[in-house]
Amino acid sequence: MTMAMAEAQKGFIDVRNMGVTFGANDNKVVAVESVSLNVQPGEFVSLIGPSGCGKSTLLSIVAGFVKPTSGEAKLDGKAITRPGSDRGVVFQQYSLFPWLSVRKNVEFGLKMAGVDQSKRNTTARALLDLAGLLSFENHYPDQLSGGMKQRIGIVRALATSPQVLLMDEPFGALDTQTRVVMQEILTNIWQQFKISVLFITHDIEESIFLSDRIYVMTARPGRIKAEIKVPLPRPRKAEMTDTPEFMNLVQELKGLIREESLAAMAPEIKDRGLSGFGMKVGPKGVGEIF
Amino acid sequence: MGSMASAKVVILPMIDKQTDREPAAVKPSATQGVAAVPSANTPAPAAAEIPMPEPEQIPTVSLTKLLRRLLAQITRERIITAGLACVSLGALFLFWYLGTKYRLEFYIRFKNVPTPYEVFQQLTQVGLSNKYLVNIAISVRRILTGFFIAIAIGVPLGLAIGKYQRVRDLFMPVVEVLRPIPAIAWVPMSIMLWPNNEASIVFITFIGAFFPILLNTIHGVHSLDGVLIRAARCLGASEFRLFLNVILPGSLPHIFTGLAVGMGVAWVSLIAAEMISGQFGVGYFTWEAYSLVDYPAIVLGMITIGFLGLACSGIIRMVGNLLMPWLAFAPGGKR
Repeated sequence: MTMAMAEAQKGFIDVRNMGVTFGANDNKVVAVESVSLNVQPGEFVSLIGPSGCGKSTLLSIVAGFVKPTSGEAKLDGKAITRPGSDRGVVFQQYSLFPWLSVRKNVEFGLKMAGVDQSKRNTTARALLDLAGLLSFENHYPDQLSGGMKQRIGIVRALATSPQVLLMDEPFGALDTQTRVVMQEILTNIWQQFKISVLFITHDIEESIFLSDRIYVMTARPGRIKAEIKVPLPRPRKAEMTDTPEFMNLVQELKGLIREESLAAMAPEIKDRGLSGFGMKVGPKGVGEIF
Repeated sequence: MGSMASAKVVILPMIDKQTDREPAAVKPSATQGVAAVPSANTPAPAAAEIPMPEPEQIPTVSLTKLLRRLLAQITRERIITAGLACVSLGALFLFWYLGTKYRLEFYIRFKNVPTPYEVFQQLTQVGLSNKYLVNIAISVRRILTGFFIAIAIGVPLGLAIGKYQRVRDLFMPVVEVLRPIPAIAWVPMSIMLWPNNEASIVFITFIGAFFPILLNTIHGVHSLDGVLIRAARCLGASEFRLFLNVILPGSLPHIFTGLAVGMGVAWVSLIAAEMISGQFGVGYFTWEAYSLVDYPAIVLGMITIGFLGLACSGIIRMVGNLLMPWLAFAPGGKR
């Protein structure tokens, strides 16, 4: 436990005045504009916004794949310049190595770090047990379902004991039922590891259920539109999604995002409103689009 | 074949795969066939035969169980497949037999074509002679030398070209200029270039195998999912580790496609080179037979070449399956 608490002191993500521009001159696209955000050690923070708002770009910067045009991203006070095992990343696409068994996949980061075989084995097996997939340790990824692959993706990212976990719509490709189960599994894992999480999603309920704090982004160019605290108690249970507190947060976020998703779509839709197309906008509204 | 293999693999991956492949590989089937018999009573030597360690090998296999497993493999589907294979090969043989028996002449002329019996006689006379076996051994040596040099250069170069834009810019123009020249067209130049006949023939074999291996390796790197490279980087992989642990295994299916194609082209090139400039070798044997009006020997040479080519591609496929067990589960089946 002491180790977990020591870890909890680390993992402070600090993004200041971040701007990202792709292309040059005529083809210039401003993806992200003067974004500042932070993730406190041990905190679960979500980043939500309409598609194309640059939220994945932001995550890529923190992961070290993309260099910002302006501003900077820091982890525990150190500027982020390249990918590293101090930041675990879980991708939207399944990113397990198909040629490695499930256990070897989880061991991969440790192998790169030069950890010896027996220790790797022990760690990987413990993590697979945590993910409920120990009995599949000798299977190949192609033998598993999408939810299983993504659980392995999560524990693989945790194997090197990173300070932060960066998740880019990790459950986006899963069906709704699997998704809900995965969210519960993730909160459990997160509570055990007490590490900082930056979680990208376009699913409002998902972001509320998982997070301590939510950043809402605007349509391109992406800026931070709002920062919302989620005061729901932990541990979170699936039944919580029916409580009035939860519903209120959903409504609040839907209102914020609705404007942005409209802005992200063709301008004429924004001008005329959806009624101009003879569409009926229900209480859930266009928020359902993303 | 894919569905049958995957169904069985669940129970006993390695053993089943071996038995499954026996007919495909001509050469190793002899040794495996021998090994399979004692394996009924003592499974240990059969396990030792398998190059890849398989810790979860079941310790004892009873005779009845083994028999039942073998019997379970004789399905209706397989009987039909085997039957059609016999029809296909039988028809070819029958065409040859009847053509030579009645000396058919209808634009193509069977007048001088040796009968199957004459070829069989030739095999019994020549087949065990030193001359014939030495010719085979020399051809195989040339193929292996040229082929392995092609792998040693083609695979690393292909990985580098596939990965680095600058390496690509540097090498691809040369590759694109040289690639359309068939290996056979290199024969005169090769004789001039290399100090002896042997080296020039190996060089032509190398040329034949090199380009398919190189291009498929490049293609393998390009078709690798970028997210895997990013994932590896996040997990702390250095550039060298990335090559060794991600790019190489990820490209392996395409590399093996390149090896299979390369082996085929290498044989074509080798035989042509041996016919033109050779001393010794199966190609030389065949061409010499023609010059000496020894017609049965021509056919014997052709059949020998066919068998050698079949054996080589069978071995490549077998090694590929052993190195890439995960492909049995790959969606769409790359096999």
